[in-house]
Amino acid sequence: MDILVVLEDNRGSLHRMSKEAIVGAQKMGGSISVLAIGNNANGLANELSNIDISEVITVNHDLVSTYSADGYSEVVKQVIEAESPSTILIGHSYQTRDYIPRVSTKLDIPFIPDIISMENGLVKQILNSKLNATISAATDQKILSFQSSAFSEEAMMPGNCSSRSFNVDLDSSLVRSESEDPFQEAAADVDLESAELIISVGRGIEKEDNIPIVFELAKVMGAEVGASRPVVDSGWLPSFRQIGSSGQTVSPKLYLALGISGAIQHVVGMKGSKNILAINKDADAPIFEIADYAVIGDVLEIIPKLTETLKG
Amino acid sequence: MIVGGFPFLFLYSPYKLPIIFYFFSKGIKMKIAVLVKQVPGSESVLPILGDTTWIDEAQATFVMNPPDNFAIEEALLIKEKIGEGEVVIISMGPSRVQKVIREGLAKGADRGIHLEEDGTIETDPLSNAKSFTSVLKEENFDLVLSGLQSDDTGMGQTGVLIGEMLGMSTATLAMEVEIQSPTIRVKRELESGWFQWVKLKMPSAISIQSGLNTPRYPSLKGIMGAKRKEIKVVPASDHQTHSKSQSIDKVFVPQTSKQTVVIEGDADSVVSKIVNILKSDIKVI
Repeated sequence: MDILVVLEDNRGSLHRMSKEAIVGAQKMGGSISVLAIGNNANGLANELSNIDISEVITVNHDLVSTYSADGYSEVVKQVIEAESPSTILIGHSYQTRDYIPRVSTKLDIPFIPDIISMENGLVKQILNSKLNATISAATDQKILSFQSSAFSEEAMMPGNCSSRSFNVDLDSSLVRSESEDPFQEAAADVDLESAELIISVGRGIEKEDNIPIVFELAKVMGAEVGASRPVVDSGWLPSFRQIGSSGQTVSPKLYLALGISGAIQHVVGMKGSKNILAINKDADAPIFEIADYAVIGDVLEIIPKLTETLKG
Repeated sequence: MIVGGFPFLFLYSPYKLPIIFYFFSKGIKMKIAVLVKQVPGSESVLPILGDTTWIDEAQATFVMNPPDNFAIEEALLIKEKIGEGEVVIISMGPSRVQKVIREGLAKGADRGIHLEEDGTIETDPLSNAKSFTSVLKEENFDLVLSGLQSDDTGMGQTGVLIGEMLGMSTATLAMEVEIQSPTIRVKRELESGWFQWVKLKMPSAISIQSGLNTPRYPSLKGIMGAKRKEIKVVPASDHQTHSKSQSIDKVFVPQTSKQTVVIEGDADSVVSKIVNILKSDIKVI
């Protein structure tokens, strides 16, 4: 086995970043096995039945029917030990960050995280995305995780694959945690992921009192309103409007970024947008590096004028 | 199958008597390590070294890694709530990192440990975790807290690596923690606005999500008092005894592939240009 892709179950279906990791594996070339863990392992395997990979390995065991860092890290370790893949690939999701370092320690192989490209070496962003670095492993085996949208899931090559189950040897004392059911704090009343136009607001809006001018613009444009993390953390907008690594991932026809600096945690959630128009006072704001249109100016001055012009 | 329940905790704890003490006394004592890093600040210049292996640190301005402020605050809050315990600030790097250790001490931490590095900083998380573990293992911490990731290399794993090396339970992106000794209940942030409570058997290594608390500023009294607090220095030769598993080969300025149209000017002309773009180029209005 050349490559092992470890899959993630996202509340009943295959995580988008798992599909992107499979695309990364197909680009690397070689024999690809994918690993599905948990009570939905067969469901995940079925989603991949017409994809060009060698096989899906499924693990289902009472101790790992649902996710725990203790359980999943032990399963991935046992599969790597038994199958000896040279490269282990996974999406750089929150779950990956929670347990893959444990696998790295157990096997003493490096975990090179958040890779954005494999052209001319493994490329990772460093220093708040201001610089890039190429990273190499000193060992034969390595674990790589890909940043969200490093590859496009649509590029998954079709084909067929087999499926087999893998028997793990787990001790009942393995899992030292009890997990409660996942929950959302505020029920979403907007569907950002399918919105064609998104107006997203960042710290540049300065205060909660200024939020209504964003909704007025959204109303005349027929857009949904999103937000960066600082705006949600300040309580100015509910968390279901948050876009970025801890919020939604969106790819609208137009993403209008108002007063958003462009921290990497936000950018991973919107860089797939077809058109990005960013307005910011700071000409050096990182958002301008991914923007198609960079408007250098004060959002508090521009938003009301834009709303008035569009109304007229 | 549910594991980690009440009888399980008694059965597997190496500290059977202290646990009984924990349950029947309010006077629990927690020993908490906070791992902090000093990184170039967001305003710092970042000139790349001639050999392109890293930035020229002599020209950079350094600050406490911003996410670590939340880890320090959480450790202090836990200690204050419980009433008794010790908060130890631990950092690795050249002598400059003593500044961020002092910052933690000024905020109220009890003592510091400085793992010295000579020359360039090590960027391999596994080697770094082994260095930390060699120093931490004799301390028997109940909790090892860290920020979610560092603003320099952003590897986002060292705290979890150390937890595994020390045989601790681990959790990441904590939005809230509740000590229910001998367990800790952690509200983990999942993706897309979802959360999950997880109860772990301590000792635990927890990475803290930014924004879960409001980090305090050191008081003048705290700053004065910090000068008298102990910082134990561990020389590089005592902890840097591990081979590298990964390394940064080259640092470079990203090339943007996008052609960005820059629009500047007074608000009226900017607005009319935006309207044109929305109508003619993107065709969304």
